[in-house]
Amino acid sequence: MIEFRIHGRGGQGSVAAAYLLAAAAFEAGMMCQAFPAFGAERRGAPVTAFVRIGHGPIHLRSQVRTPDWLIVQDNSLLIDPNLTAGLKAGGSMLVNSGRDSAEVAQTFGCRALCVDATQMAVEEIGRPIPNTALLAAFLGLTGILPLDALATALKGRFHGKVLEDNLRLIERAAQSVPTGAWKETEDA
Amino acid sequence: MREALEGSQAIARAVSLCKPDVVAAYPITPQTHIVENISKLVAEGDLHTEFVSVESEFSAASVVLGAAAAGARAYTATASQGVLLMAEVLFNIAGMRIPLVMTVANRAVSAPLSIWNDHGDSMAVRDSGWIQLHAADNQEAVDTTIQAFRITQETELPVMVCMDGFILTHTLEVIDLPEQSVIDDFLPAFEFNRRLDPADPKSLGTLVDPGYFAEVRHSHHAAMQKALSVIKDTDSAWETATGRACGGLLTVEGDPGAAVGIVAMGSTVGTLRAGMAHTPEAGPAKLIKLRAFRPFPTQALIEATQGLDHLIVIDRAISPGLGGILGTEIAAILADVPNAPKIHNHALGLGGRDIPETIYADLIEAIKDPDAPLIFDADMAKLAPEDR
Repeated sequence: MIEFRIHGRGGQGSVAAAYLLAAAAFEAGMMCQAFPAFGAERRGAPVTAFVRIGHGPIHLRSQVRTPDWLIVQDNSLLIDPNLTAGLKAGGSMLVNSGRDSAEVAQTFGCRALCVDATQMAVEEIGRPIPNTALLAAFLGLTGILPLDALATALKGRFHGKVLEDNLRLIERAAQSVPTGAWKETEDA
Repeated sequence: MREALEGSQAIARAVSLCKPDVVAAYPITPQTHIVENISKLVAEGDLHTEFVSVESEFSAASVVLGAAAAGARAYTATASQGVLLMAEVLFNIAGMRIPLVMTVANRAVSAPLSIWNDHGDSMAVRDSGWIQLHAADNQEAVDTTIQAFRITQETELPVMVCMDGFILTHTLEVIDLPEQSVIDDFLPAFEFNRRLDPADPKSLGTLVDPGYFAEVRHSHHAAMQKALSVIKDTDSAWETATGRACGGLLTVEGDPGAAVGIVAMGSTVGTLRAGMAHTPEAGPAKLIKLRAFRPFPTQALIEATQGLDHLIVIDRAISPGLGGILGTEIAAILADVPNAPKIHNHALGLGGRDIPETIYADLIEAIKDPDAPLIFDADMAKLAPEDR
């Protein structure tokens, strides 16, 4: 079982990202579970969402306390030193930020990569919603799931121009990172 | 067909497959997505039902009461304060033996205000005379919802399907929604013999003097006890139809030779299952998943606990001044059973407190501690010394 924690701010689609990642795992033939850290959500407030994927049934229902992977949707969340709390040894974080990856990695003591997902989203979909770009970058880095599975999951949730723009965005975002650079930690 | 669905969305689709004539509901967290998805299905023309938007839960319950009394298949859903606002009507629905189905997206009851999960709401109407079934995961919630429509028309008792708010309602997971033809074969057309009919006038819920009230209660109690076999048989029929069962009244898993048993209802079961699998050093246990809370499967529970030395009973609500509700009931049931296990009753996850996988080992370890607190995961350091 692989566990993810997604940090973002209300309005950035963190819960949607969790659902999309889980749905993509399902499309790739895996079992999945995704849920938000339940609260009174409002725009701009910190939001956390969780995903578990695996080849067998998933029974555990607690919040993800020891994630294998962190996806951080907002640069401003990097001020929280507890952001990486519980991250498994060898775990990595993918951050939507223009900051230097090595510097973020050093701050948090884990492997980190920064990508400017907001910029790509603004250019491709016309809105600063980084979730699908980050997911695509993550899949490009790890190869945990094929990008096609994410595309299929997107098709189940969006249609028309929003879908077309997002399909273009995920292709671009996946190519913006070194393909398979984080592949060795895959343990699905 | 297997799909990755949010629990609430799956429930809306399951209700839709059962073709209710009338749906009336008032949105409340964490039930809202169920009602939203049903209204969407209606708006998109996928569900043909009389969807009544009401101004309160009291009205939602009243509308489905009236609709079912007039012979309609009726459905509603609520949670927490909504259950309490419905309370008067819920007792009337059950007392008049009106068949209908309601989902409770279990949530704590105020005060203090909490939007998060526990079982305080459905426990508050424990004695209303409704059948109460608990789902351990979203597949069970879907399957139990469909079964509930058959159980309610067979027993003429209303059925409450309890699913943990947020933990199930807002979780996306892989769920198999059966084909419409499977449901059509499984669920006979709704017929209510006592329906209000101008051609055959009758009254329901009229004044009953002391000469008959006790008899009405006696027969209601008897009807609830008879419902035990209907619940079990309906799950068997569902297994025949779909290859999947929800565990009838209760199920036993884990080590059959274990000296320790754990009883739980709802989504806690999954976390305990994971804890048992991942912390074998804690020792084995028989995990008893209680699905039917009302009517209570007394005999099945006695059989499931035979041979155990210790029985940990997990509540997700308490009765202040007494203790755990399920724990107290099970203690009463086992009081006269020879060699019954020692009961260790704990409440967990109140007001949405996250239940970690380590809870399994912690609960087993606590058997040795006679002073283990009733509210097991309460942090004593946060309490004033006199409240510890």
